[in-house]
Amino acid sequence: MSTDTAVPATTATDAAERAREILGVSRLTNRALTSWLHGLPGVDQVGAEARAASLGTRSIKTTSKAWAIDTAISMIDLTTLEGADTPGRVRGLATRALTPDPSDLSTPRPAAVCVYGDMVGHAKDVLGDSGVKVAAVATAFPSGRASMAVKLADTADAVSAGADEIDMVIDRGAFLSGDYLTVFDQIVAVKEACGGARLKVIMETGELVTYDNVRRASYLSMLAGGDFIKTSTGKVQPAATLPVTLIMLQAVRDWRALTGQMVGVKPAGGIRTSKDAIKFLVTVHEVAGEDWLDNHWFRFGASSLLNDLLLQRQKVSTGAYSGADYIADDSPSLY
Amino acid sequence: MSTTTRKPAKSAAPSRVDVRKTYKLYIGGKFPRSESGRSYEVFSTGRSPKFLANAAQGSRKDARDAVVAARKAQSGWAGATAYNRGQVLYRVAEVMESRRSQFVAEVQAAEGLTAARAEANVSAAIDRWVWYAGWSDKFAQVLGGANPVAGPFFNLSSPEPTGVVAALAPQGSSLLGLVSVVAPIIVSGNTAVVLASQERPVPAITLAEALATSDVPGGVVNLITGVTSEVAPWLASHRDVNAIDLTGAADAPDVVWGDLERAAADNLKRVLRPAGSGVTAVEPDFTAEPGLERLEAFLETKTVWHPKGI
Amino acid sequence: MPTFEYAPAPESRSVVDIKSSYGLFIDGEFVDSRGGTPFKTISPATEEVLAEVSEASEDDVDRAVAAARTAYRSWSRLTGADRGKYLFRIARIMQERAREFAVLESLDNGKPIKESRDVDVPIAAAHFFYHAGWADKLAYASLGDNPRPHGVVGQVIPWNFPLLMLAWKIAPALATGNTVVLKPAETTPLTALLFAEVCQQADLPPGVVNIITGAGTTGQALVGHEGVDKVAFTGSTAVGKAIARTIAGSRKKATLELGGKAANIVFDDAPLDQAVEGIVNGIFFNQGHVCCAGSRLLVQESIAEEVEAKLKARLATLRVGDPLDKNTDIGAINSREQLDRINTLVKVGEEEGAVRWAPECELPANGFWFRPTVFTGVSQTHRIAQEEIFGPVLSVLTFRTPGEAVAKANNTPYGLSAGIWTEKGSRILWMADQLKAGVVWANTFNKFDPASPFGGYKESGYGREGGRHGLSAYVTTGATK
Repeated sequence: MSTDTAVPATTATDAAERAREILGVSRLTNRALTSWLHGLPGVDQVGAEARAASLGTRSIKTTSKAWAIDTAISMIDLTTLEGADTPGRVRGLATRALTPDPSDLSTPRPAAVCVYGDMVGHAKDVLGDSGVKVAAVATAFPSGRASMAVKLADTADAVSAGADEIDMVIDRGAFLSGDYLTVFDQIVAVKEACGGARLKVIMETGELVTYDNVRRASYLSMLAGGDFIKTSTGKVQPAATLPVTLIMLQAVRDWRALTGQMVGVKPAGGIRTSKDAIKFLVTVHEVAGEDWLDNHWFRFGASSLLNDLLLQRQKVSTGAYSGADYIADDSPSLY
Repeated sequence: MSTTTRKPAKSAAPSRVDVRKTYKLYIGGKFPRSESGRSYEVFSTGRSPKFLANAAQGSRKDARDAVVAARKAQSGWAGATAYNRGQVLYRVAEVMESRRSQFVAEVQAAEGLTAARAEANVSAAIDRWVWYAGWSDKFAQVLGGANPVAGPFFNLSSPEPTGVVAALAPQGSSLLGLVSVVAPIIVSGNTAVVLASQERPVPAITLAEALATSDVPGGVVNLITGVTSEVAPWLASHRDVNAIDLTGAADAPDVVWGDLERAAADNLKRVLRPAGSGVTAVEPDFTAEPGLERLEAFLETKTVWHPKGI
Repeated sequence: MPTFEYAPAPESRSVVDIKSSYGLFIDGEFVDSRGGTPFKTISPATEEVLAEVSEASEDDVDRAVAAARTAYRSWSRLTGADRGKYLFRIARIMQERAREFAVLESLDNGKPIKESRDVDVPIAAAHFFYHAGWADKLAYASLGDNPRPHGVVGQVIPWNFPLLMLAWKIAPALATGNTVVLKPAETTPLTALLFAEVCQQADLPPGVVNIITGAGTTGQALVGHEGVDKVAFTGSTAVGKAIARTIAGSRKKATLELGGKAANIVFDDAPLDQAVEGIVNGIFFNQGHVCCAGSRLLVQESIAEEVEAKLKARLATLRVGDPLDKNTDIGAINSREQLDRINTLVKVGEEEGAVRWAPECELPANGFWFRPTVFTGVSQTHRIAQEEIFGPVLSVLTFRTPGEAVAKANNTPYGLSAGIWTEKGSRILWMADQLKAGVVWANTFNKFDPASPFGGYKESGYGREGGRHGLSAYVTTGATK
């Protein structure tokens, strides 16, 4: 794990000051943010998608596959974000995170369990100090359409219930209308409300539409102090595509070159198979570099992905293809 | 002009001694003599050849200067709009029409034609300019276009001029043949260095005068009179010439077109061979509608790709 | 610290059945050479001998041309629709046997399997599909009056894209009603010989396609043969000029696809990450054995350092090694001779004062290998900026203004291709107009398609291959003489 990096700004004053420094301006205005974000190199869609597709053709076999499967499992934010969630379901999910494969206790644990704010306590009860983190979505997830006071209260509530990580959503309306300063200010304020919790900034790339926007939103989120940039809520299609994740990985790589600071990346939604997960790991490896191949810096927001990773893990260890009956799962999710 | 100072025409007084013209080269929009200071006698065609002129006998250095002039003019001419080039070519036809009688007399003398045949010949030559003038803004549509590639790409092929083209004008058809060779070279934006018919250069020089007075920028057409076998090899081997039209190699004294083509291979010039097959080159029939073959011979196809994305 | 080592992922070799020796494919069957000296073809990745191949003698060239001439009489009279159906059959069989072709190509040529699998073989099949459809539509192709075949076409192709160049040559020739004698390069004959089997499976009439193997002497005999009506050649500019001289003064027409020294021009407003990919793809695709390779990077001074840094970081992730490994990005140099040439020019570059850089990577002990190499501080007058290296070696030059970029890009006897990277549309179109190159890739590079004409200006040759334009090289028009 790489920990030797600058600690991100934690107060609004720090964040604004750092932003002014990076932009080289005396006052942080929307115009200053606009000219900075629009001065970033553009993204050619066809070229970016071709690069992602080419990374997707890497063939990962035998020992490297076993390593990749375990690494992918360890990077999962095991997620349930349904209106129908109950304490029982959340406890079940958290229990599963502790023992993903009861038939093979060498199986690594996922990084975190990701739930709505009101479920944080139930998850925390089960996970305790196991090392598996509790992540809560906040800020009027998934739309983000609420007043700032509500968003901050939502955040504070989850943190006080014991959340280790907060997954916030940006105001896509503000972003798309060019009001970058509002997006910046909101991230800064939520970051401050997080206290010691790590902040993942969900950009909802499916609503941003273009890769240029994804790159700008990534930079804006990092500038405002996000610890992670995250693709999607999982409620909007398309969610975590490989090209979008590629653009974000390039952003964190370049951000580190610019500031010395590492920011995590979390694709969420739509990654269901081991094969897909391995493509993402290859992309992490070849674009951002191996420092990011650690669950402190890279996560998968997923739930059914775990099942397929476990199936493949059993195949690697036994040599025979496995089946759903051999994967213990009390509430298979369609996330 | 006042008639009071003029003698009656029907008087027996000796006819006026006319003012003869010195026939010169046409290079870079100017009419220089050959740098070599040489000239050669030109006679009419027919049963009793008459002395017509002392034409400038162009040298390899004149050819070299002409290539420099053509190169200098090329990007500007190619950069003109197709519409503009079409108007310039049409203007050549207009100017030729206004000097029609001179062309008829010169073609008649040069080729030994009847007056009627010479008239027809000049008419066809003028009409050829009109024909090619109309092509200037159409050939790119006919010869280029979008290519439906299997991917998210815009892909367009467009014809472009190849650059500087040397041309051996036909030896026989002194005006119609010459125009038929020059017009398709320049209509697309090439510039030309033309070796006139060795023995019938007079209409070519008059054409040069028409070009000089008809909005064709200097250097777009450069015309050299002289001995084909002396100058052609220098053009064929010249490395700043992109293509060569060997039409006039047929029937040119002491010229083997294969040798010129071989020399042209040194910088991979595009070669338009003379008509006929193999070594039996012949001068083509210039009265027929030309088709696009000559125009296409001096074009490059450029294909541009660009991704389509948001 | 975790590391993600990719275990070897080799494509199985068992899919190909290489014979110990091959004859010449003449008149529909494999025959022994009359008087040629057999030669060996090796895998450039291991130097292992793959097979013994016949050298076609002058006698053999005679026989092949005669077979093509005989076949021409009936082939040229076949309806276009029927000729097209044979081409469709060939395309289908190439798809069916795609894996075999890909493995064989990578073995014989040294190129990475991912390229033979994803580029060479599918595009080769696509060429047959594309031209199959033209066979009965030539009257609509604006080729001029009365388009008709030349007769027997002699084709000589290079070793960099053996099967793909074969497809570029044979598909349009057959679609227009010509018959073919084709000579593959001496270091890469195997996929052409497998293609001969495809012709047999397709029941292509004997003599329509003849494949004769051999080196330069065989090529000369073919090009100079009295019975050949048209020549098509892809290869070096030097040989192209020799061919042009050989056929000068004859009835033979030629298309020549020759060398290049393409400029890949990157402006400061380029989509940088894609530009870096384009630079990498431009020069390191196929080990740089590409006539249209973007071997000269012209980068705007203001971003030169950033681009160089990104480029070097990217090159560090390239995987050099076993061509059959599915994760290999850069395979083997095709021959010792080519490796020697690359080494020579790279040495020249160092002596001239350019700064050489290559990523750390282990090279296999046997075979012919060269690290992806970048020269910075290169000037227009350096030999490495002028001569075609035909290997994985990039020369980086800088410019300040669009005009300077154009001037530098065009300052070469070649004119095959060029690249432009900028997000400004009007600048792309202006640049594309100015560049003397037959193919201009804007915000992309090294893209090929059967529908897209390919070919160069100036000493990069003449004629176009692909698209409607490519057909015109294979027909004669006007009144029947």
